Amino acid sequence: MTALLEVRDVAVSFGGVRALDGVTFALQVGELLGLIGPNGAGKTTALRAITGTVRPDRGTVTLEGLELTRLPVHRRVRAGLGMSQQLVRPFRAMTAIENVMLAAGTAKTHAPFGALLKRDRGPEREKALAHLETVGIAEAAESAPDSLPLGTLKRLEMARALALEPKVLLLDEPLAGLNHVEARRLADTIVELNRGGVSIVLIEHNLGEVMRVCSRLVVLDNGRVLGDGAPEAVMADPAVRTAYLGAGAGVEAGHA
Amino acid sequence: MEYEITLMTLAGIAVIAALGLNLITGFCGQISLGHAAFYGAGAYGAAMLTTNGVSFWLALPAGALVAGALGLVVGLASLRVRHDFLAITTMGVGFLFIGVVRQQDALGGEMGIYAIPDPGLGRLGYMVLVVVLAGLVAAFSLYLKRSWMGFAFDAIADDEDTALMVGIDVARYKLAAFAMGTAIAGVAGVLYAHEIKYIGPDSFGFPESIAMLAMVAVGGIGSVGGVAFAAVVMTVLPHWLQVVAEYKLLLYGALLFAVMRFSPGGLAGLVRSWRTRAGGFRIAATGKVEP
Repeated sequence: MTALLEVRDVAVSFGGVRALDGVTFALQVGELLGLIGPNGAGKTTALRAITGTVRPDRGTVTLEGLELTRLPVHRRVRAGLGMSQQLVRPFRAMTAIENVMLAAGTAKTHAPFGALLKRDRGPEREKALAHLETVGIAEAAESAPDSLPLGTLKRLEMARALALEPKVLLLDEPLAGLNHVEARRLADTIVELNRGGVSIVLIEHNLGEVMRVCSRLVVLDNGRVLGDGAPEAVMADPAVRTAYLGAGAGVEAGHA
Repeated sequence: MEYEITLMTLAGIAVIAALGLNLITGFCGQISLGHAAFYGAGAYGAAMLTTNGVSFWLALPAGALVAGALGLVVGLASLRVRHDFLAITTMGVGFLFIGVVRQQDALGGEMGIYAIPDPGLGRLGYMVLVVVLAGLVAAFSLYLKRSWMGFAFDAIADDEDTALMVGIDVARYKLAAFAMGTAIAGVAGVLYAHEIKYIGPDSFGFPESIAMLAMVAVGGIGSVGGVAFAAVVMTVLPHWLQVVAEYKLLLYGALLFAVMRFSPGGLAGLVRSWRTRAGGFRIAATGKVEP
């Protein structure tokens, strides 16, 4: 079976620093994959190499067999990647729903002069509202992003990525900065999305939630894959424990 | 009456040029300090044609084409620069244009091109043409703002990196903005050349670029009505008041500074906040206080 998303032997360096050193992993259809590792392990860099914000020195990224490695960011998005960034970046001059509408309108924004001939935003508004409902912030639809709390903006970021109707949803620390209750609720939303058929790569520091929701884990450390498999099995690996939690630490550490 | 007609014509030309810049800077968020170069490219392109016997009606679209083509080239070269660097790059283009024009005997060199033929519409007829074209450019701007192209421009002006993340081909949209905005500047240039009947390198220098940017900023970056209004006032005022004419650059500079410091939304921003405040009072008066 070919994987939905395949990262093969990807290496990235910034100046003299090697951020990724031959990372290989794959995402199967319908999976909720947790990509974890200590700070500086290369998780975000791996995600950026997938979206194209970072150009790898070597290696390939393929989506459903389509090689993405040389495509610019917007083409990868159109090929089926949806990304929710670690630091929320809403379009601040737009309302929440407009943020999502724009993403829902990729068919209309394909080419500038084609876009010039299209005006109707009705269907996209309906879709956007549905996505805002999915992530549970429909009541914030007409609000300006600057007036919304971080928890809502995190969900907005996710709704915008969902509106792209991606084959793979990439979530970079969606729970960071949220309190315990908010984090749990958003993690539940992620599980629901996954059950609804969205394949997801989740980068997360909140180990408790990761262990609870993910079906498989890939552990990165120092730019290399340290472990790949079922959450309990991976976390039981002494090498992973040492790297990720420090020598002698246990899984019950919860929040890393 | 003659004088008023001339003023109206010049104001209309300024509106066209400023709305062209507004498309690039206001809608798409790409600052340009060299807009006068494209204005000049249109003027020179068309004047070369009409002084050689080509019809004004052919020279008008040709001027737009020349300016738009130059805009596309500059746009391509500027794709990798942003913000302050884009400002400096476009400023450089402005100086480059003047420098090249001064050296070209074919373009009249320092002397410029004079005795540009009259389009033969009469003073009033020409004014009507200019005003109609200004109206068309304004209508086009308003249409564009509400189209999906305008929607994508909003995103690019807001945050280019995030625009890529929602699948927008930022580079192509920027090029489209440059091509359209500079072609519109070219139209204004053609109209200017055939109004004044003389053009020289000094007609399209850095002060003209700053004046256009001031019109856009004072009117309210991105606001079609505000920019058109500011373009009319800032063209007419120096002709009415000698003081304004003498200190034009100083005044425009001060205006730019004042707007950026006190009301970054320009006049349009001021009107909007007054309206909101007035709306607030109305709500308070009826007792229905809503968040």
